[in-house]
This record gives sequence, structure tokens and C-alpha cells, in this order.
Amino acid sequence: MTNIQQETEPTIGALTEEADSTTSIATRRASKGGIRRFLPTLTPWLVAGIALVLGVVLFGVIGPLLVGDPTTIRDSGLQGPSAENLLGTTQTGQDVLAQLAFATRGSLQIGLIVGLLATVLSAFFGILGAYLGGIMDEAFSLFSNVFLVIPGLPLVIVISGLVPREARGLWTIAVVLAITSWAGSARVLRAQTMSIRNRDYVSAARVAGERPWRVIAVEILPNLLPVLASQFVFAVIAAILGEAGLSFLGLGASNSSTLGTMLFYAQNGFALANGAWWWFVPPGLLIALLGMGLSLVNFSIDEVINPRLGNVRAQRRRDRRAKRTARSGGSPRVAPAAHDTKGVAR
Amino acid sequence: MSATAVLTIEHLDVVYETEHPVHAVKDVSLTLAPGEILGLAGESGCGKTTLAYAITRLHRPPAKVTSGSITFHDRDGSDVDLLGLGHEALRAVRWSKLSMVFQGAMNALNPVTTIRAQLDDALVEHRKGLSRRERRAIAEDALRRVGVDPSRITAYPHELSGGMRQRVMIAMAMLLEPQIMIMDEPTTALDVVVQREILREIVRLRDELGFAVVFITHDLPLLLEISDRIAIMLRGEVVECEPASVIQHDAKHPYTRRLLRSFPSLSGARGAFIRSGVEDGVEPETDTRAVLVQAAQETDR
Amino acid sequence: MTYFLRKIGFYVVALWAALTLNFIIPRLLPGNPVDILLAKLQQRGGQVTPATRKAYELLLGGDTSEPLWSQYGHYLVNVFRGDLGVSVSYFPAPVTEVIGSSLPWTIALVGIATIVAAVIGVGLGAFVGWRPGTWLDSFVPATTLLAAVPYFWLALILVYFFATGLHLFPAQGGYDVVLTPGFNGDFIGSAIKYGVLPAVTIVLASLGGWLLGMRNMMVSTLSEDYITTAQAKGLPDGKILRNYAARNAVLPSVAGFAISLGFIVSGSVVTEQVFSYPGIGSKLLSAVTNNDYALMQGIFLFITLAVLGANLVVDLLYGLIDPRTRARS
Repeated sequence: MTNIQQETEPTIGALTEEADSTTSIATRRASKGGIRRFLPTLTPWLVAGIALVLGVVLFGVIGPLLVGDPTTIRDSGLQGPSAENLLGTTQTGQDVLAQLAFATRGSLQIGLIVGLLATVLSAFFGILGAYLGGIMDEAFSLFSNVFLVIPGLPLVIVISGLVPREARGLWTIAVVLAITSWAGSARVLRAQTMSIRNRDYVSAARVAGERPWRVIAVEILPNLLPVLASQFVFAVIAAILGEAGLSFLGLGASNSSTLGTMLFYAQNGFALANGAWWWFVPPGLLIALLGMGLSLVNFSIDEVINPRLGNVRAQRRRDRRAKRTARSGGSPRVAPAAHDTKGVAR
Repeated sequence: MSATAVLTIEHLDVVYETEHPVHAVKDVSLTLAPGEILGLAGESGCGKTTLAYAITRLHRPPAKVTSGSITFHDRDGSDVDLLGLGHEALRAVRWSKLSMVFQGAMNALNPVTTIRAQLDDALVEHRKGLSRRERRAIAEDALRRVGVDPSRITAYPHELSGGMRQRVMIAMAMLLEPQIMIMDEPTTALDVVVQREILREIVRLRDELGFAVVFITHDLPLLLEISDRIAIMLRGEVVECEPASVIQHDAKHPYTRRLLRSFPSLSGARGAFIRSGVEDGVEPETDTRAVLVQAAQETDR
Repeated sequence: MTYFLRKIGFYVVALWAALTLNFIIPRLLPGNPVDILLAKLQQRGGQVTPATRKAYELLLGGDTSEPLWSQYGHYLVNVFRGDLGVSVSYFPAPVTEVIGSSLPWTIALVGIATIVAAVIGVGLGAFVGWRPGTWLDSFVPATTLLAAVPYFWLALILVYFFATGLHLFPAQGGYDVVLTPGFNGDFIGSAIKYGVLPAVTIVLASLGGWLLGMRNMMVSTLSEDYITTAQAKGLPDGKILRNYAARNAVLPSVAGFAISLGFIVSGSVVTEQVFSYPGIGSKLLSAVTNNDYALMQGIFLFITLAVLGANLVVDLLYGLIDPRTRARS
């Protein structure tokens, strides 16, 4: 269960438009027009993040087609990794690698479903409420805040506990998880929508008489896309972790197979006591790697939302370049402006 | 250097080292006499703020001073090379000898601490050995001088109006009675009536305490009122630097003249502003960017 | 002043919402919990009188002819009287007693771990954000790995290495069972020893979030005008870092505390399970396994109360450290 911080309120200075000063003219991202403005720049971290996410997703999607049957029971229980079973066997002799592939698929499935549901809910309560303003906004905001402070997992546990085991299907669990996790995102989206709503181009559209749904779709949503994307990624991470925790406790969907259920069986099969690290390390590691990959992607999305974070990296690159030129004895080249011939380094 | 200058800037170049570097300040040389009000005028993006920040070395990457020198001639007779100072020495010079009032004090004050705390920490740093009560007395006195009720010293910045916040900034800049004050558009965001009051305070304080002022603004008529000398900046260069009366009546550079003509007058015939923009054979230009291009072309010729 | 009143008012509303949820949920879900519960109770040797049945039906809902509003009213009265029913899995102890004996353990563990994680995370985040571009900063994406690690998995790893592997810390329990609980040195020492691994789990898993949030805020804050003013004033770096930068950068972390606490509470419930720590989380889980619905509901209520209380404290604290909030409302 991660508590990666989400920016709840936009900072005072972060979202104001900069005056047309030399600083802003000079540091404006050169030649990044149209849709490219919204896409994050390709950095090593982003590449690593995408690689991790793709790796895990491919493993979950294609893996089950390539590995053996995860349910075949053998006599060779709790064996370490070998040529036959690359990640060893469980207590009942089942192939860990095969189980891992199917479990990854299961976790990804539920992660996506819950992430989508939660994002839709938070978008509805966050964006619509903030745009409408007035009493609707107060009501929606109060609703979100109440759901936010009521502890999520205990509520899920209580609901899961009260539902008889047979009725605990995938969709029940998904809906319950979504209901308990949308509130944080709603708050962030509301804050962002309010700040965008007050901007000049939105006011202009409203004064011009555009209908509300059109203003939302054309003016507000495109600017919310980076934040929405970031919140969706958070929701998926939280969903996978939440479901894993639930399954680990034995309260997950009854017929599902996820990384969490794998750890449940590992714990109940005394993997820890018997030192069967090949059984309980990989599932958690996979969750952590997927989470890390998604966080790295979110890092880059953050830089789109808050360009100052990107300046840090750009500055480091400039310093490195300057050091390199200084070491090689040259002077930093300054492209001369129209009728200027100066530019000697100090 | 000469005893008649408190600040000497020689051949200063400041460059923004971005992917396509921008030469923001080009070969600027200026002198500032003790107690003088030097106006620095120009359009947005001409480099005047960059110049101001460079003087106190507040410029941040990617801005970089690539050549030139800035020398501060202290009252006690010593000369200080501002660009060559080490970190600690620079900290000591800052505010006590050379202070700055920033553009738009909306965000220049720390929002989570009181005015008292912010006035106090400058005193704690530069006037060691004063007691708490003494520091408070100095702070309240500074507020009084700029026309702010001393009882507001316990307020937070958001509790004050824009005009009051700007006055507090000026009080803070004067706290240590520096020899130079750099003011970057200190009244641009304020109502004209408030603006006039603050300008009167500045001139009065200058007469009283004798500090030199570099007053940066795009509002040329304002400078004509209060400055001793005025420097006009265009695309990073100082194109003209003369006493205020010369600028007003006998400006030599075409851009200066165009700038002067761009401000409507409260006196004179109605409509004269629009009509008088026309010269023989030249179209009236109200687009400032076009003015700049035209002026640049004229200097090329 | 209005800010503080508004906050308290909000939490009263939230508490009411939690109570109502607690009332509604068992009645919405399929199945008849009361019958199961009473059957279990009889197994344990309890007596089932009509009064007992009535009491449980108030909590969990059943086929009574009493109108919903009336049930709701009685339910609320019972809750405020402190009558949450009798626990089935810990029969004959009443629910409040079971909660009372385990809640302090959780509050101590989670409270201390949260404070330690927040202090370290915010401090490190401020430091890393102050000098972006140093080698420290390149570790920041690595902390995302830590932040994405599931609490219980981290717990398992720690147990594997430190308990079963190196035998440095005990793997299960809250204290050495041969000792008698009390405020004596032996017991407290033992409690600390048993609490180290669970606490380290929570700290490590939650640290990343604080650090990342603070670091990002520091980078934003450092480009604000008041930082330039502070530098122009010639103030020492340390003072600027603390009074100008960090003081402002920490605000969203405090404002977002509710979200963080939510994750920490979830994580600690599962962590207690792994360590068999005698806190309220593991009691909740054993209640689920034993169909001890009354205890489940009671624990949910108390966890909610604790979380609401903690959030209220932090919100009031925020009102103190950000003077603008007092003016805004």
C-alpha cells in the first residue's frame, strides 16, 4: 500500500502564467507545439519506467500462453529453482513460474478495472462539482472528503467479511475497491479544475456563450489530461496493492488468481518458515517492480504538469555540458543575435 | 575609481544559456552617482530586470554573466568587485549596502511568517548585537517612514493590501540604510493614486537618507518626473543615457523619441495622440513589436 | 476561528457518516449474519435469549417488524452507551473490552512509525529538494520502488532476513509471553523489541511517499519570489531552507495527510497479520475468519474514530501553520 504523495492543492505560484519576461522567453520549450506540449520528454527514467511496465504487462498477457499448467500437482513439493521449474515449486508441487504468469494477469486485470472505475468516479465528483460551483461543489466536496477520511481497507474488510464467500466475485471486489479509493483523486481533480476554471481562456469561452458541456470538453479537459493520466496511474497502483492485500488476507475474489492470492498460499504453505524464498519473493517483487515502473512514468507526467521539475534535469544537463567544454579548453559558444559580434567567455 | 560614483558597471554581458542562447544584456556600461535616481526604461523583454538581478548576483541559471565588471564604491572608500565576491562576502554586502525592491510584492513576502519576523531576520543577520526590543523599534520606525501604521507589524502578508505590501517591501529594503536601492517596477501593479504616494515617499527618503536609486520601469513619463538621469534600454543595449531634461526635450536616439511619443498626454487637444503619431511619410505605429523592429532597422541604417 | 469550527463540524459529519455506514452495510449485503452469529455463540456456550437476538439484530439487521428509523435510533443510542455487543471469538468478553485491550498496541505502533516516517521523509525530501541536481537527487526515482512495495511483502522479507535468518528480532507477537503486561522495564523493553520489525516495515513502506512529495514541493517553492527576496537579504542558507522554503513546502504534505494516513492504516492492518501483532488489525482479521460480526463492526468503528481523530488533529495543526487558512474561511 503506497502513499505516494499526490498534490492536493496547486501551489500559489506554480500555475500562474509567467509574465512575458526575458526569463520565460528564454526558457520556453523551443519548438514544442500542439500535442507534443502534453507529452513528457523522453528521459532515461521514463524509458526505464515504460520498460518495467511493458515487461510486467507482457509477462502477464503472453506469459500464460508460454508457461505450463499452474495447477498440476506433483510430488516434488517445495523444491528450489531447477532446470525443470525455473522458479521452483510450491508446497503442492505446482510450478511457481507458471503460477506467477497467471497471477500477474489476474492482478493486471483487476488493477485496470478498479483503476478505471475509480478514475471515472473521481472525475465525476471532482471535475463536475468544481466546474458547477456553488452548492453542488460544496456537496460533492463534502461527499469526497467524508469518503476520504473513512478508512478504506477496514471498510473493504468489513464488507468482504459480511459477504458470504460464494458471492465474492471479481466484480464485487472490484466495485468495493473502487468505491473506497476514488476520494483522494477527486480532491486533486477538483483543485486543478478550480484553478483552470478561473483562467482567462475559460472565462472567455463562457462569456462567448459556449454551453457548459462544451466548455468542459474543449477548454478544461485537455488541460486536465496530464493530471487525469497521473491520477489514473496512481489508481491502478493503489488498486493492485489493495487487491493484493485483500487476497493475502484471504478476503479477495473467491475464484481469482492474483499475485496477492499467491502470497496467501505461500504464507499458508509455510514458505517463510521453510525458507522457500522462490515462492514468496517473486510475487511481491513483481508488484513492486510494476509499481515502480508506473511511478517512474508518473514522474515524467509530473514534469508536464509542473515544468519546474523538468528544469532541474535540464539544468543538470547544462552543467555537465559546461563542465565538459571547460575541461576540453573551449569556451561556451554563444549564438550571436542579429547585429552583435560579442560572446567571449569570462 | 572616481569618488563621484557609487556603482560602476562596465561592459556587462548576461546570456541565457538555453538551447538557443539569448543575449539578454549586451555590453552595458553605466555609472550611478551617490544619492542619484537613475531611471532605467524600456519595453518588456529588453533586459532591464536581468540587469537588475545581475547587479546583486540574484540571477539564476540559465542566466550567466559572461563578461564585464560591476564595482561598488563604498562610502568608506573601498571598492568591491561584486561579481568576484565569495558567497559569504556577498551575503554581507547584500541588503546592508545594496538592497532591492522587487516587481510585484504580491509574492515577494513569505506568506507564512509575520511582517515582524521578516523585518527582523534582516536585522538579526546584518546588525548583530541588537536586543529584541531594539530590533523591533527599528522595524517599527521603518514602517512609520513609509506611511504604514507600526501596529500592523504583527500582520501576515495576506492581511495587507497590495499598496501596503509594497510599502512594507520598501521599508524592508531601507531597514539597514543601504547606499544603493534597486527598484524593479515597484509601483506597476498599484493604483495610480497609491503609486504617486509611494513615489513621493521614495523621493523624500532619498533626500533624507541619501541613498542612490536605480528605478526600473517601462513608464517613461514617470521617470521624467522623478529621475536625475535616465537610461533607455532596447534589446539588451543601453541606447541612450542622459539627464532627464535632455531626454524629455532633446532625445537623440530614434527609439527614445518613439517611446516618448507613445504615451498619451493629459493636456493638449483630444485626439492629438493618435494624429501626432504620423510623421512625414511614416505610418503611425501602435504595435510595440513593430516599433522595435523599425527602430532596430533605423539604427542599422 | 471559523476555520477550526468548520473542521470540527466536518469531522462530526464524517463520524455520523461512518456510524450510518456501519448500520447500513450489513443490511444491504446478502446473507443473514445474525443467524450465523447466534449459531456460533451457542457453539461457544453462550445463551441465546430473545433479548440477545434483538441486540444483534439492531447491529446487523434482521427480519424484524420494527421500522428502519426506529432501529437506527436504537442503534445510535446503543453505540453512544458503549454497548457494541458481545464478541463471539473472544466469548464472553464484550466487544469494547476486546477493543480496549488491543487498540493501544496499534496506536503505539502506527503512531510512532508514522511520526518517524514523516519526520525522516520530510527532512530528507527538503534536503534533496534544496540541492536538486546532486547525486542524491538521482536516488529519488529509486525511492519509488520502495514506495510501491506492498507492506506485507516487505514484512515477510524483513522476517525472513532478520528473524528466521539472523535471529536478531522475534518474528511474531507483541511481547514475550512469559512476561506479565504492565508498566515495568522488562515488559516495555520486550514490547519495544517485538515492535521493531513491524515498525520498520511501516516506516520503510511509507517513507517514499513523504520524501517524494516534499522534494517536489521544495523544487516548486524554490522558484517563488519570496525565496529570491530572502537571498537578496543576504540571509544564511540554513535559515532560508528552514524558514522560507521548507516552511512553505511542507504544507501540502500536511494537507494531504488524510490520504497518507489511509494508506498507512491499510498497510498496518496487514502488517499486524504477518507479525501476529496483538493490535486491533489482527483482531479484525480473526473476527472475519470467525464470523464475529459484532466485533468486526465495533473494530471498524474504533479504527474510524482513531483515523478521524488523527485527521482532526492534523487539520487543526494545519490551521496553525498556514495563516492564510484562518482568513480564507
